[in-house]
Amino acid sequence: MTELSTSGAAPGEPAVPASPATGAFLDVRDLKVHFPTDDGLVKSVDGLSFTLEKGRTLGIVGESGSGKSVTSLGIMGLHTAGQYGRRKAQISGEIWLNGRELLSSDPDEVRKLRGRDMAMIFQDPLSALHPYYTIGKQIVEAYRVHHAVDRKKARTRAIEMLDRVGIPQPDKRVDSYPHEFSGGMRQRAMIAMSLVNNPQLLIADEPTTALDVTVQAQILDLIRDLQTEFGSAVIVITHDLGVVAELADDILVMYGGRCVERGPAEKVFYEPRHPYTWGLLGSMPRLDRDQTERLIPVKGSPPSLINVPSGCAFNPRCPYADLPKDDVTRTVRPELLEVGSRHSAACHLSREQRERIWTEEIAPKL
Amino acid sequence: MTTRRNARRKQAVAAAAVVAALLSTAACGGGEDSGGKKGKGGAAAGFDAANNKVANPSAKKGGTLKFAGAQDADSWDTTRGYYGFVWNFMRYYSRQLVTGKTEPGKTGAELTPDLATERAKITDDGRTYTYTLRDGITWEDGKPITSQDIKYGIERQWAQDVLSGGPVYLRDILDPKGEYKGPYKDTSKDKLGLKAIETPDEKTIIFKLPKANSDFEEILALTSSSPVRQDKDTKSKYGLKPFSSGPYKFQSYSPNKSLVLVRNENWKQSSDPVRKALPDKITVNLFSNADDMDNKLLAGDYDLDINQTGLSPQGRTKALKEHKDNLDNPVSGYIRYAVFPQNVAPFDNIDCRKAVIYGADHKSLQTARGGPIAGGDIGTNMLPPSVPGSEGQKYDPYGTTANDGAPDTAKAKAALKACGKPNGFTTTIAVRNNKPVEVATAESLQASLGKIGIKAEIDQYDGSQTTGIIGNPSVVKKKNYGIIIMGWGPDFPSVQGYGAPLWDSSYILESGNNNFAMIKDKAIDANFDKFSVELDREKKKAIATEINHQVMEGAYYLPFVFEKFINWRSARLTNVYSTDAYSGMYDFASLGVVK
Amino acid sequence: MAVAVMLVVIVVVVFCIFFLIPQWTGVDPATMYVGKTSDAAAVEGIRQKLALDEPILIQVFEFFKGIFVGRTYAAGGDVTNCAMPCFGYSFRSEQAIWPVLTDRLPVTMVLALGAAALWLLFGVAAGVLSALKRGTLWDRSAMVVALAGVSLPIFFTAMVSLAVFDYGLGWIDSGFVPFGDSPGAWFQGMLLPWVTLAFLYAAMYARITRATMLEVMGEDYIRTARAKGLSEPVVIGKHAMRSTMTPILTMLGMDLGALIGGAILTETAFSLPGLGQAVLKAINERDLPVILGVVLITSLAVIIANLVVDILYAVIDPRVRLS
Repeated sequence: MTELSTSGAAPGEPAVPASPATGAFLDVRDLKVHFPTDDGLVKSVDGLSFTLEKGRTLGIVGESGSGKSVTSLGIMGLHTAGQYGRRKAQISGEIWLNGRELLSSDPDEVRKLRGRDMAMIFQDPLSALHPYYTIGKQIVEAYRVHHAVDRKKARTRAIEMLDRVGIPQPDKRVDSYPHEFSGGMRQRAMIAMSLVNNPQLLIADEPTTALDVTVQAQILDLIRDLQTEFGSAVIVITHDLGVVAELADDILVMYGGRCVERGPAEKVFYEPRHPYTWGLLGSMPRLDRDQTERLIPVKGSPPSLINVPSGCAFNPRCPYADLPKDDVTRTVRPELLEVGSRHSAACHLSREQRERIWTEEIAPKL
Repeated sequence: MTTRRNARRKQAVAAAAVVAALLSTAACGGGEDSGGKKGKGGAAAGFDAANNKVANPSAKKGGTLKFAGAQDADSWDTTRGYYGFVWNFMRYYSRQLVTGKTEPGKTGAELTPDLATERAKITDDGRTYTYTLRDGITWEDGKPITSQDIKYGIERQWAQDVLSGGPVYLRDILDPKGEYKGPYKDTSKDKLGLKAIETPDEKTIIFKLPKANSDFEEILALTSSSPVRQDKDTKSKYGLKPFSSGPYKFQSYSPNKSLVLVRNENWKQSSDPVRKALPDKITVNLFSNADDMDNKLLAGDYDLDINQTGLSPQGRTKALKEHKDNLDNPVSGYIRYAVFPQNVAPFDNIDCRKAVIYGADHKSLQTARGGPIAGGDIGTNMLPPSVPGSEGQKYDPYGTTANDGAPDTAKAKAALKACGKPNGFTTTIAVRNNKPVEVATAESLQASLGKIGIKAEIDQYDGSQTTGIIGNPSVVKKKNYGIIIMGWGPDFPSVQGYGAPLWDSSYILESGNNNFAMIKDKAIDANFDKFSVELDREKKKAIATEINHQVMEGAYYLPFVFEKFINWRSARLTNVYSTDAYSGMYDFASLGVVK
Repeated sequence: MAVAVMLVVIVVVVFCIFFLIPQWTGVDPATMYVGKTSDAAAVEGIRQKLALDEPILIQVFEFFKGIFVGRTYAAGGDVTNCAMPCFGYSFRSEQAIWPVLTDRLPVTMVLALGAAALWLLFGVAAGVLSALKRGTLWDRSAMVVALAGVSLPIFFTAMVSLAVFDYGLGWIDSGFVPFGDSPGAWFQGMLLPWVTLAFLYAAMYARITRATMLEVMGEDYIRTARAKGLSEPVVIGKHAMRSTMTPILTMLGMDLGALIGGAILTETAFSLPGLGQAVLKAINERDLPVILGVVLITSLAVIIANLVVDILYAVIDPRVRLS
């Protein structure tokens, strides 16, 4: 079961990390990732909390720039790992993985977890795979970092993994270069590389965005099958609700570096309680309807992460921003509040208003 | 020796000037120069200690004499070399019937018997020269040098199609009609078909001149009259390894890189009254960076500059400041001047020529040449001080020194009026683009002429193509070169050797011309004819003086300086002195080194 | 294919230097070869030797034929043999060009390779460090030094280094000495040229390495490498360097090719008897055969360098292998 904890929005982080109250497999608390730039501090993730259990899948949804990818890289420790030069990312909060807090751990210890306990699948397998090394070598390398085995054994393992992800003639294709693979094959190889060490946490960052529609479904099937087989926890990051509809047990909607709505998948899909989620649902292409007519995009552009709009970050784009009194949407930041069982949202509209707008205005159009 | 001595290194190195400052800073900052490298060879003999006198006299043999150079020989073949320093150096491995005395200054230009027992017996109104050869003269393989070898060596001058480059005076004097075709096309068995030279036996050689020439022995003293043995003649490749008749022989030669001479064990001191042959070994190293070379000379890594063209501006400044005792400031024998081609208007008019001479700022021209030390004394006439008959600055027809080198504007304006151009005129100054100093003099001249209304444009032509451009009178006319900046030095110290190509009308050529002024003065021609048959030295001098006056009165030339240069001598050198035989260079044949 | 195009280019260049330039300048090539002497017999002799009266195409043909079968120059009873491969004959120094080239090429190659080793070592290291520490004092000062290195003329740095280390401090006795004479003196003589030349190129290589490294560090596959749990030295040293080396190798190939053709300024400044010095002297003296020979060798060097780069490219980048 995925436990979505309620907000721990208290600013600042504890000096000594407390043990995870929930004992969840993955417990992210008040995660903040800020980047200093010449123009100011970019608050890519600004106070995000959630938990995830093994065998479950969490979908993180949002537009580009909403902070979903930054979150995943933050969990992997990749903001600090490749960090050179004067400007460094500022990360605070707590990330508990299997009872261990990662942000306060020795970076080299975290490195050893990467690829072994937690692995990642990237959006564009062509650019995410090194063009100068064969697929086999890259998988072998991933395996041997964490396992003291010789090349031959690692190679056998690589072929086995390629076979598992459905690459035909894996003993031959193992010596191919990424550019010799089709897009779908490359993503399969990427998945094989991620799973080579049986990670307990798999983060898939837009795993199908760069792929053809038909291939997308195959890849999603593959991820689901593998999760069932390995029993790992999976985070799927996407801007496409269609993807999470197929995979996720729970859904977390991000906007402007924060969580605006979260809950079990069926709740978010059928009883969404945030105008932004409505927008996302409206823009979701559905196979059973005529696409051109159905798409209701969210108007406007994502907020600046340097000067986040005061009040509700979504207010400049929200068609209902003027409904609450006293201009509260523009002055007070809404808290993430329960709206149902394990279902919460951050919105100044009253529950009744939202229920009415959803059932009367939005749902019929979808 | 034409202008080739001038084919000088020093490509204008842009950075050099900037670096100059740094170099001197480094040297001052170091302060260890005096205690360090300079120590090689002990104390130097003093400023001008070897200028026309012997510094560090010594008879001590041994050691290695180290030359540095920026310019390799045009050829080490005795027939083909034309650079002054090459002639000087050739005395190491070649001998002549007669040669210059190995003594300083003017005496060095006097002749003394070398292979011959004594100077020529001249008979038949100066048309027959007879020499008898010494005993004990040998080639590097020990075989005796014969009169036939000398004749063969001279005959090679006729083979210009194979052996180009060297002086051809003897060809013009002995075979003016060009009947002989040279030894390589000679059908006679011994290849000695030249009729004007007879070799009745191995010890006797007789020259029969169709027409007397009073400089004949001077010309025989040139290294181009050296013997060459027929069986050792490698024709066009002879210059890579000449067969030695002198005290040294070639050990190795790599063109544009290095040359090493070692003792010729078959040369006998007793047979050679001229050469001292002090060092055991002589090396020449060639540099492509003249400033680097000067610095290595100053550091004592080398003994002297084989090119003998003087230190470059940067090395000169440093040397004058820190190593003055290692320097000499001899007269080079060159005159630097501007010449006015009469085939370019308005320089056909003597008064327009005079206007330029009067209007020029001689002092600033001297400064552009490098000032009184590095440039030379202000030139007042066209006969170099080393040539017999010269009066030096005493002959000053245009009152240049009396005026302290300043322009005489009044006379210049009067001359312009007389020329019919009271408001001045326009013309073009031609100057070689590869000689920064000459460009500077052209600019100085341009500036002073502007003040009297003469507008002169400067045209920098390709300096490597002098023969085809300013050497071609029709090109000169076409390009309107009214003023040509040039320099000239004597092949041998005589008014004929120096002035005939410049002033004798018979030397005007369609290409390769040197009589830029296009002087066609019967009186001058007659004086050259008179000079060539006059054997009396004093009378020859008088004629030379007269020719000089005629040239100056014609106002064909504006002399800038009687050139001087700053020559470096290491403290290791012994028996150093400058000689007029080689235009103020050190006499290489006498040099020795302390160990 | 590329090689064929290059060879055609070479032939055209040769044709231009050898035949067209003398025509354009309006100077009789014979007088150019003969030097300053204007003696008609001398000019005629050269004309015969070089067959300058023949049509230009015949002359070109004779020249290229000489490379493969050798050539004989005859005039005035003198015969000069130029053995195969005959790249022409300098009538100024009375030398066949090929021996001159083979004599001087090693000096230039040693200069170029020694300097290349230095600049690769220091340039790439400085570039990588700068990239990893971008924005820091180290990065900024390294890039200022690199800018100086790129913009200072080599003649200037050469003279300054000579002034400081040789004439000033006296630490180094500069001047070329053949290796066979004294390896120690040879090394001393080569040291300043190496360092001076390497300084110029190290600067360029540091800049290009830094820029490439920064670009590569932003690549997705570098992130992937980290996500696998690879340690930073492996990420930089293996994954990032492999990509960074591609443009560096391209540059290296081109630079070495060009340097073989003559590190003219360096060789002149330090009086090194290499190809560059020879060609500069030849240009000053209008010694066409030498210029021609060096141009040919240079073009060949550039072609070979290109080929080597192409091969290396394929070794480094598998994507190139297909096409």
